[in-house]
Amino acid sequence: MDNQSKELFGQTPWQTVGPFFHFGLPWKGGADLTGNSELGARADLMRPEHDLLHTASKRGPVDGIRIDIVGQILDGDGTPVPDALVEIWQANSKGQYSLPSAVTDFIGFGRSATTEGGEYRFRTVLPGQVPGPGNSFQAPHIAVSVMARGLLKRLVTRIYFPDSDCNDTDPILELVPAERRHTLIARKEGDAYRFDIILQGAGETVFFDC
Amino acid sequence: MGGAMADMTRQHKGEPLGQRIIVSGRVLDENERPVPGTVIEIWQANAAGRYIHQRDNWPAPLDPNFTGVGRVVSDKMGRYRYITVRPGAYPWGNHYNAWRPSHIHLSLLGPTFATRLVTQMYFPDDPLVPLDPIANSVSMPYRDRMVSRFDIDTTEPNFALGYLFDIVLRGRHATPLEA
Repeated sequence: MDNQSKELFGQTPWQTVGPFFHFGLPWKGGADLTGNSELGARADLMRPEHDLLHTASKRGPVDGIRIDIVGQILDGDGTPVPDALVEIWQANSKGQYSLPSAVTDFIGFGRSATTEGGEYRFRTVLPGQVPGPGNSFQAPHIAVSVMARGLLKRLVTRIYFPDSDCNDTDPILELVPAERRHTLIARKEGDAYRFDIILQGAGETVFFDC
Repeated sequence: MGGAMADMTRQHKGEPLGQRIIVSGRVLDENERPVPGTVIEIWQANAAGRYIHQRDNWPAPLDPNFTGVGRVVSDKMGRYRYITVRPGAYPWGNHYNAWRPSHIHLSLLGPTFATRLVTQMYFPDDPLVPLDPIANSVSMPYRDRMVSRFDIDTTEPNFALGYLFDIVLRGRHATPLEA
């Protein structure tokens, strides 16, 4: 049997991104959802004659409160992961997703390769509240995917904000044991928010099935 | 996005070495409906099994005419097509005498956060697939979903061999987490 066998039809399985995705996935500016910087790519891992990392197209003005989110991807023993890929997906400042059904000029998707120190940085805007199950509203949050060598499929988590007054009523946070909720809430660090992601072991970040 | 990103053999002054291939297929949801407008990002090793990546130390030759990166978008019927060369196998340190089978990395965004997929496409005549721990992270028979099929109708006379590979994303509303 193979990919074309009718009796095998179903979801294509995930496979790891491996260690060599840097020339294929990140792009210059991929981690900057508000401007035209080169944030997010790792040009140092490219051979100049093969540097096809494209640059984000020019963006118009983006409404909302601009924020930086910084963090480190850490393995179970606290070792930074230098070859992880972090992706974010979020609503705009009014709580609208950039879907065909709700067109916004804010793409709401970003991608960053980690540095040698396992660090990432996104520049974006604070998302608005979005509808949740039933008649509920979710607290402002950003959905996150983490991929890396050794991870067969992505890990999915969420960034919430410490200064939000509706985290206590968020229907997804309510599903998380109270003693682990803090792993989903960024903390203020200077002008930025810090959100470290611990892949396993003590203090492991809460990951969702997805 | 067509042009050079859909033909990985035409990104440099000359043509890359290796077996020229055409990969074609459809992006579908779990109900077998086409998923149009889906970005497919492609990356792979060259015909000798070497990645252009600075950290790939395997001493097979680099090919100045091959980067190994492409990008296509599925059309209204969910179809996509790109041209490349068949990647070579390469050794890795997983265990004694471990070799990755020929494979092409694929990344699809899909219409929602839940439909994100990163996978690898394998080739039907490759004896390394049953030996590969990464391919075997998916149990049989589902591992075979990642094995493309040679297709004489996709093959173009005097040009390139053709392979079919459909990609099935999870349902649009499979998760309560996001819209």
